Amino acid sequence: MEETPHNCPGTGSAQAGRGAACQGCPNQRLCASGAGEAPDPAIEEIKEKMKTVKHKILVLSGKGGVGKSTFSAHLAHALAEDENTQVALLDIDICGPSIPKIMGLEGEQGDQGAGLTSDSMPVFTQVHQSGSGWSPVFLEDNLGVMSVGFLLSSPDDAVIWRGPKKNGMIKQFLRDVDWGEVDYLIVDTPPGTSDEHLSVVQYLAAAHIDGAVIITTPQEVSLQDVRKEISFCHKVKLPIIGVVENMSGFVCPKCKKESQIFPPTTGGAEAMCQDLKIPLLGKVPLDPHIGKSCDEGRSFLVDTPDSPATVAYRSIIQRIQEYCSLHRPEEERTSLVPETRGDMDASSTASAS
Amino acid sequence: MEAVAEPGNLAGVRHIVLILSGKGGVGKSTISTELALALRHVGKKVGILDVDLCGPSIPRMLRAQGRAVHQCDSGWVPVFVDQEQKVSLMSVGFLLEKPDEAVVWRGPKKNALIKQFVSDVAWGQLDYLVVDTPPGTSDEHMAAVEALRPYSPLGAIVVTTPQAVSVGDVRRELTFCRKTGLRVIGVVENMSGFVCPHCTECTNVFSRGGGEELARHAGVPFLGSVPLDPKLTRSLEEGGDFIQEFPHSPAFQALSAIAQKVLETPAQLS
Repeated sequence: MEETPHNCPGTGSAQAGRGAACQGCPNQRLCASGAGEAPDPAIEEIKEKMKTVKHKILVLSGKGGVGKSTFSAHLAHALAEDENTQVALLDIDICGPSIPKIMGLEGEQGDQGAGLTSDSMPVFTQVHQSGSGWSPVFLEDNLGVMSVGFLLSSPDDAVIWRGPKKNGMIKQFLRDVDWGEVDYLIVDTPPGTSDEHLSVVQYLAAAHIDGAVIITTPQEVSLQDVRKEISFCHKVKLPIIGVVENMSGFVCPKCKKESQIFPPTTGGAEAMCQDLKIPLLGKVPLDPHIGKSCDEGRSFLVDTPDSPATVAYRSIIQRIQEYCSLHRPEEERTSLVPETRGDMDASSTASAS
Repeated sequence: MEAVAEPGNLAGVRHIVLILSGKGGVGKSTISTELALALRHVGKKVGILDVDLCGPSIPRMLRAQGRAVHQCDSGWVPVFVDQEQKVSLMSVGFLLEKPDEAVVWRGPKKNALIKQFVSDVAWGQLDYLVVDTPPGTSDEHMAAVEALRPYSPLGAIVVTTPQAVSVGDVRRELTFCRKTGLRVIGVVENMSGFVCPHCTECTNVFSRGGGEELARHAGVPFLGSVPLDPKLTRSLEEGGDFIQEFPHSPAFQALSAIAQKVLETPAQLS
């Protein structure tokens, strides 16, 4: 099956949206409006904003429910244990923002003014400018968090937005949040390979992302999706720091024997990493305390310091820090997303909201 | 404005059930597959429509990956996954040239494909069409609900795991159902406890109680809990027919009870 029409002229071409081949393409109107030609000015604005951010790490999967938010949150906690390290955690899962709960910040409104309901026009257009921008919610002096969850007035509120509106929110988060001087910006993403992922990579294109940490569980149904995510990373030239295999074995608290709740029927992350020549950062076993700590908004690294899961997490986080320290923060690569015709949708420029 | 159902490829489908969550990884695809197999076991003809375009899991679960999709006069012919041709399946997974190929599409393109999946698959006569969805409340969900609205779906089964982090997302999914006028058949709590195969101690790996509480809070039926069963996972990974292989599993009992409740749910008056 083709992803673009036969003879698609390309989103940047003068014929974009106007050619015979464009008839019936769902992007026709967008291309014809010229949105595909000019790069979004936000990309430069975000590049400027990101100058005070030394390292940027994306936490991806392809699969839902493997522990991206859990990992992102605890990566943030661990890095922030050094009070001289400034950490920022950005949750771009617009539909399912888990970070406020996991960080124990549910009910925080931050400095954004009135809340947002899914019926209303996006609040961000109203609280848009206030001096230096939006203020993240600070868990500690050196740990700031931003999530659409802080903009919702009720835990039942659903954010029922299509792609362009979600992209607008992500642009706002990157451009308008006043993160200040940050050593590590961690970006937690939703599952999939869609608007949010394309947008965050495109908006950060000029600002240089250190790399992606990819989370999986051992079974093939996860790996299947994760391989797609890895393929996505290659397509957009996003470096991969490595893969974390989560929920890797379970030790019964009673008899201490190990079981595989999610069996690695095709060799788990280890086999996949060997095949694709990507580092395996580590394996984290299932510990029921993790879920409990997350539900209660506490760091399980602090709650259960002796758990094998905590040990695994700390080792993985150390490897990530080592990777980042090899990348000089002032090094700026031109890593604009290439226009890969026939390969990717609305590729080289961010679509207008 | 009332949407009028056009005759067409869904004309022969008696009941449509959507499987939703708000949360990823809670077992929507697993529950979709097992519900379909459970309905088949009581003699129903079932179709499964997999609208998770980024992470299409179902072909592999039913050992159908790599199968070719043919065209007929009415559109795409769904793939039959069993000898007796009681279960048919359509998924973007069949349309990918390479299994590791990523579908990196923005919303409008996803919407277009989902509309096509709803209107251009020649399902024929079906008792039930089970629609598996990706996590979230976005393009795919709106497209699916809008495209299916004229056919008066029976409703949605919403899947969660017991812990608060899941329930937190699934509450929003219930709001989505309310706002889009989609009836909630009930809530299923998946991964509800793990029985150690060595000593039979039951551990609540993903906490407990959240699903039932959520159903109560939202005023919708609680359809049941399904425990974690590694045999289930292994079987689904390897594309086995779980219902036939594990009739004594606690998960099987839970799923059959859920299927029974679906069978007893009366169609809505349009």
